[in-house]
Amino acid sequence: MQNTNELKTRVRQLLVDNLMLQVNPEEIADDLPLFGDGLGLDSVDALQLVVALDKTFGLKIQDAAMAKDILKSINSIVTAIEQNSQSKPQSPGAAAVN
Amino acid sequence: MSSRVILITGANGDLGHAIGEAFLGEAPTNIVWLAVHRRRERADNLAGEFPDRCRVVFLDVREPQAWKQAVEQIAKTDLRLDVLVNNAGIHNDSLLGMMKPEAWRDVIAVNLDGVFHGCQAVLPSMISQRGGRIINIASLSALLAPAGQTNYAAAKAGVVALTQSLAKEVARLGVTVNAICPGYVETEALSTMDEAERQRVQATIPMRRFGRPEEVAAAVRFLACPEAGYITGSALKIDGGIF
Repeated sequence: MQNTNELKTRVRQLLVDNLMLQVNPEEIADDLPLFGDGLGLDSVDALQLVVALDKTFGLKIQDAAMAKDILKSINSIVTAIEQNSQSKPQSPGAAAVN
Repeated sequence: MSSRVILITGANGDLGHAIGEAFLGEAPTNIVWLAVHRRRERADNLAGEFPDRCRVVFLDVREPQAWKQAVEQIAKTDLRLDVLVNNAGIHNDSLLGMMKPEAWRDVIAVNLDGVFHGCQAVLPSMISQRGGRIINIASLSALLAPAGQTNYAAAKAGVVALTQSLAKEVARLGVTVNAICPGYVETEALSTMDEAERQRVQATIPMRRFGRPEEVAAAVRFLACPEAGYITGSALKIDGGIF
């Protein structure tokens, strides 16, 4: 199991790689809003993120309401990943984290 | 052309069979999955001709779980999915005043819901790959809305609208989404016409003949080819000049 800071680093890198963002990962603050006036992501970015988080961490975001809650910031994504890995420690996604 | 993995629904029918043959003939590296539901004998025969690169999968397009299982099976076997051809379709024609609710629901479920579930099932793979092609078989009925086909025309018009809307959603992710609107094509759907009816209908077609499944399959193959990479959200009619 990774610690929270390592997980945040991985999630920042995942955002930059998958969304081809023109920022350095470390520039994305833990609590920076990912959408709107924050990082400026849009709904298509959200779709990509949902796919990438499932593939990389086994985090399944089932609908738009859940996405709105989880994809607020790096902090909220990491919290969701940690909760998911605690509830399903043997899932393939959880294994992928290690 | 590099190897691609292609999934075709309604693959036991005349059109699905022709599309399968077209992709198998396009490149010796293409891998074709033929999705079947009620009937599978022709699909099994085609798979038997190409045992290394043509496979049959059971899929009720109305069921999201069935889609999930089929896509997982493809991913497990071939590791990717490049092209989805949503071809499965039924019709159950009657005037709306006499249409049974189940005739409405069944046609919408297969022809429209099936396309929705299919697109939703394959998009994660295509987004991960940063590329994919979805080709939805609609119908000229989507554009002409003939009497006696409120269910079918509504479903196929829905497929065209879904195609155009989804094309905008995923354009920048490298996924193209297009529809094809065949007119009268020599498939099992025309088998109920007697000779007099065939002649009457053919007289209304500027080319004075029905289309061949191979002619529709060629358009599907084109929309899936690399050279068609800038085409998305289109509804290509193949109808001998009717419209």
